[in-house]
Amino acid sequence: MHPVVSLLIQRLALGVLLLLAASALIFGLTEVLPGDAAQAILGQSATPESLANLREEMGLNRPALTRYFEWLGGILTGDMGNALTNKLPIADQIGKRMSSTLFLAFWAALISVPLAILLGLIAVRYQNRWPDKIISGVTLASISLPEFMIAYILIFFFAVQSLSWGIWGWFGMDPVAFPSFASVSPTMTLGEKLYSITLPAAVLTLVVLAHMMRMTRAAILNVMQSAYIETAELKGLSTFSVIYKHAFPNAIAPIVTVVMINLAYLVVGVVVVEVVFAYPGMGQYLVDAVVKRDVPVVLACGVIFAAVYIILNIIADVVSILANPRLRHPK
Amino acid sequence: MLKNIPISAAIGLAFTATYFLAAIFAPVIAPYGMADIVGDVWEPSSAEHWLGTDQIGRDLLTRMIFGGQTTIFIATAATILSFVTGSVLGFLAAVLGGWIDQALSRFVDLMMAIPSLILALVILSSIEATVLTLIVLMGLLDSTRVYRLARAVAVDISVMDYVEAARLRGEKIAWIIFREILPNALSPLVAEMGLRFIFMVLFISTLSFLGIGVQPPLADWGGIVKENKEGINFGIGAALYPAIAIATLAISVNLIADWVLNRTTSLKGGRG
Repeated sequence: MHPVVSLLIQRLALGVLLLLAASALIFGLTEVLPGDAAQAILGQSATPESLANLREEMGLNRPALTRYFEWLGGILTGDMGNALTNKLPIADQIGKRMSSTLFLAFWAALISVPLAILLGLIAVRYQNRWPDKIISGVTLASISLPEFMIAYILIFFFAVQSLSWGIWGWFGMDPVAFPSFASVSPTMTLGEKLYSITLPAAVLTLVVLAHMMRMTRAAILNVMQSAYIETAELKGLSTFSVIYKHAFPNAIAPIVTVVMINLAYLVVGVVVVEVVFAYPGMGQYLVDAVVKRDVPVVLACGVIFAAVYIILNIIADVVSILANPRLRHPK
Repeated sequence: MLKNIPISAAIGLAFTATYFLAAIFAPVIAPYGMADIVGDVWEPSSAEHWLGTDQIGRDLLTRMIFGGQTTIFIATAATILSFVTGSVLGFLAAVLGGWIDQALSRFVDLMMAIPSLILALVILSSIEATVLTLIVLMGLLDSTRVYRLARAVAVDISVMDYVEAARLRGEKIAWIIFREILPNALSPLVAEMGLRFIFMVLFISTLSFLGIGVQPPLADWGGIVKENKEGINFGIGAALYPAIAIATLAISVNLIADWVLNRTTSLKGGRG
């Protein structure tokens, strides 16, 4: 068998193992910590007898391992049980909210990935000159702020203050203010949906852009400092063909890794940004459930977020194996 | 040591020192009491209230100073916990090797495969958020990152001749860790400490903003944003002051960490 194939199979098997272990860790955490679903339903003042009855009824007395496999089987088959607070099936809620979250994350990724790679290239091209310094300064500032702060700064300026800016008049437009509450529904046109998510998508873009750009810059600089780039330059190749033929093929793997790691980072950013903009997605559902101590919902959402994060990291791993010419053509 | 200090690091040190002093002496320098209602809702800045008042008429400067105290205290305590746990376990894993190293490292891999925020949310759905539980939770979640660094540094050091000599002398594990490895691993760990501290400040602010971190009546920077966020829609910038505070603190700590890292790498040519 080709060594790359066996390496890939090995990585994928490890990935599946990691997914299982992560789900067990998340389930186990809620097991070992005090309080359970019965306690949450009945509250602090429940008598020991009623607690015991409810535990019996809900099957909480059975061994944790049995319940873990039941829960895992449920997640895999799309039956996640009912929420404690409103008794509605969790899977229905997640089905609805997942598409909203994916819509937001998709547009943020679509803008930020090409932009980050472009800015990274510019920063390398003008290394240590003013474009590089400006880009580095702005990214340092946005890394130093939590996501929700960037969100409120954007809301303050583009949803409130922008109404009083004179700049709109120059273009013969009425003042524009973007909505500070975002929501999408199936009846909206694409344009309406995009207008609604302008600000949350901008926040997510800014957050991952900074990380992605810094890492892209570092990855390309690393490649550009290799001996073979110097050789190519000394051969008299033009800057374009040095970058296109020699630097780019070797920079694919690190750049793809950077992109995937940042898409995974987007998964976390989305939680906070959805809360700020009251956007009805998975993140808001998760945080609501944590506040209401609705453990089944927290478990379901938590494991989905963790799984997406892990899967994106596995994809990054696989792509970097496939893109590595040394592994594809072993000696 | 403080000679030839670059201007950026000096600025960083000055700002960081100011924030820490303000946090330590908060009750002395705050112009009003933390929970005192001293004016109208969202008054603009004035001579009495430098930053104006908040959503129920408390002095915002006072809230910011006490909020800084909470945020900085929690972040510092969690950083210390994270470093003590992470580096002791990391050194142990490097010195002992074998199955202890394997077990610890694989568990850390697993913890790091799940985003900290998601793990924190799952845990906070089961336990009460108090200052103590938040410190323990954040410290332990973050110690995985310190563990990785400490283990990597210690693995390099533990094959040095002087460590071998100490082993042959029959020194105990504790001696090898604290007298041989720790002094030589200190500088990369100190530089990392700055970054971990910033991460803690961002983390606790995010948790408090989401309403599952520091609970009222205690103030912290994330909580101040949460309390004053409605004002933004009326063009009131009260919720933006914590943003300025967090950003300046984070950037100044970053500047110090950069300086420490550059100093140690240029002196010894690589990881000290």
